[in-house]
Amino acid sequence: MKTLILTSAVLALTAGMALADGHAKTIRMGTEGAYPPYNFLNDAGEVAGFERELGDELCARAELTCQWVTNEWDSIIPNLVSGNYDVIIAGMSITDERDEVIDFTQNYTLPDPSGYIAMSEDADLKSGILAAQTNTIQAAFIAEGSATLVEFATPEETIAAVKNGEADAVLADKAFLTPIADADADLIMLEQEELLGGGIGLGLRESDTELKEKFNAAIASMKEDGSLNELLAKWEISGQF
Amino acid sequence: MACYLTTGKHMSIYWSVLTVLTLLAITAPIALLFGFGGASAARSHFAPLRWLGQTYISIVRGVPEIAFFLFFVIALDQIIEYLRHKVKCPDWSQPIWQGNDFVVCQAAKMPLGNAPQWVHETYGFSIAILTFAIVYGAFAANVLFGAMRAVPHAQLETAEAYGMTRRQTYWRVLVPQMWVYALPGLSNLWMVLIKATPLLFLLGVEDIVYWARELGGTKTPRFTDYPHGDWRMWYFLALLVFYLAFTRVSEIVLARIMARLTHGQATAGGEAQRKAAA
Repeated sequence: MKTLILTSAVLALTAGMALADGHAKTIRMGTEGAYPPYNFLNDAGEVAGFERELGDELCARAELTCQWVTNEWDSIIPNLVSGNYDVIIAGMSITDERDEVIDFTQNYTLPDPSGYIAMSEDADLKSGILAAQTNTIQAAFIAEGSATLVEFATPEETIAAVKNGEADAVLADKAFLTPIADADADLIMLEQEELLGGGIGLGLRESDTELKEKFNAAIASMKEDGSLNELLAKWEISGQF
Repeated sequence: MACYLTTGKHMSIYWSVLTVLTLLAITAPIALLFGFGGASAARSHFAPLRWLGQTYISIVRGVPEIAFFLFFVIALDQIIEYLRHKVKCPDWSQPIWQGNDFVVCQAAKMPLGNAPQWVHETYGFSIAILTFAIVYGAFAANVLFGAMRAVPHAQLETAEAYGMTRRQTYWRVLVPQMWVYALPGLSNLWMVLIKATPLLFLLGVEDIVYWARELGGTKTPRFTDYPHGDWRMWYFLALLVFYLAFTRVSEIVLARIMARLTHGQATAGGEAQRKAAA
């Protein structure tokens, strides 16, 4: 009996090995799923949005099998570097700080100006209380300025903070804020905009150069044939390549 | 309304209720086992075992849960993959830690990179159970350790006087009698465990609190067929009812177990039972 268990265990192990080497690697795409129009969960509970369509197209062009996983924004970089997924595709702006820990592909959106959303036109952006999601370029920007920063784990909570008066305004990507301002009569977009970040790119482990090259090539080809511009226009994200 | 409550997303929250209940059902006995092992080790006559038990209890109880869940899980996952890597890819030349990156060969991935999503989820779930069991096991160990000491010493001396060995005394006299002293502490732990399930999201398992937040959040008409405002209050209200109901049921069950354990014990409760029956 013991030998039987042993042999079957060995068999299972070697079979697993053959499988892993025989098949192409599945690329796991990590996203947040809470930042429309970039990424969100649709009514069926699946990842959808601009980055879903973009990611699927990029995988098709790079001839990769891809799988979507959601991960909390806060721990999205630690989980990438420890290998729980292979790519971050979560509206993550390319910044020098992040670039020290992970690598980015070339950008697939132009720097989208960040906008403010507030309950009234005369919200105090200089010395008031501004809400932003934790670990974002917007949070870093507010922290450097004179206003008081309140941070939240999800984008949703930043909007709720303005609606219940906890914060005067939210600073976030315009593509995220505009549909919210359109749908909610109480909220308005302010005139002032900030140009932050270097556009959005895919985040990868620094050691994963081969994968990075594949995605870079795929993004370049989408820029060339105009399909990226079509996607950007479809999801109403400003800036065309 | 009925349509709204049956979207694919809502199915996920119903599933997550099951996930949470399953987690509790599996974790509780395993944590108790860890606790029993820890307590037995901590009062062992064999010094290294005693040190091990005491270290386990004091370290795990001292570390904040959230830190434990963030750090330990990633570390555990990396240890498993590191060992598999050593076994499966002996001729791998690159270093495993490259700067911030943890890189092992594909065959050593746990679960395999090309495994279907449910395998990843089951793996995450198992890691979650193990982590919960280790954390709550340490608390349970301390409770049981105290309970073992609370058993009247006269009982143990009597057992020895009857010629029982140390092992016999332990299993036949000490263990059966300690539960009545342990139960109040253990029931506390159970209540804390019920409420700790939102920590699951740190481990990548989507629990009911995550889905309540996600579903209750404002939905703009452009991205969904079922737009609505900020409904989180209603979802959290439903959660409140769920948790309160669950707590109530637990209390009833625990009260019954307590009554049964008290039966025939040399405690005030046991005495009261005897008098009521007489």
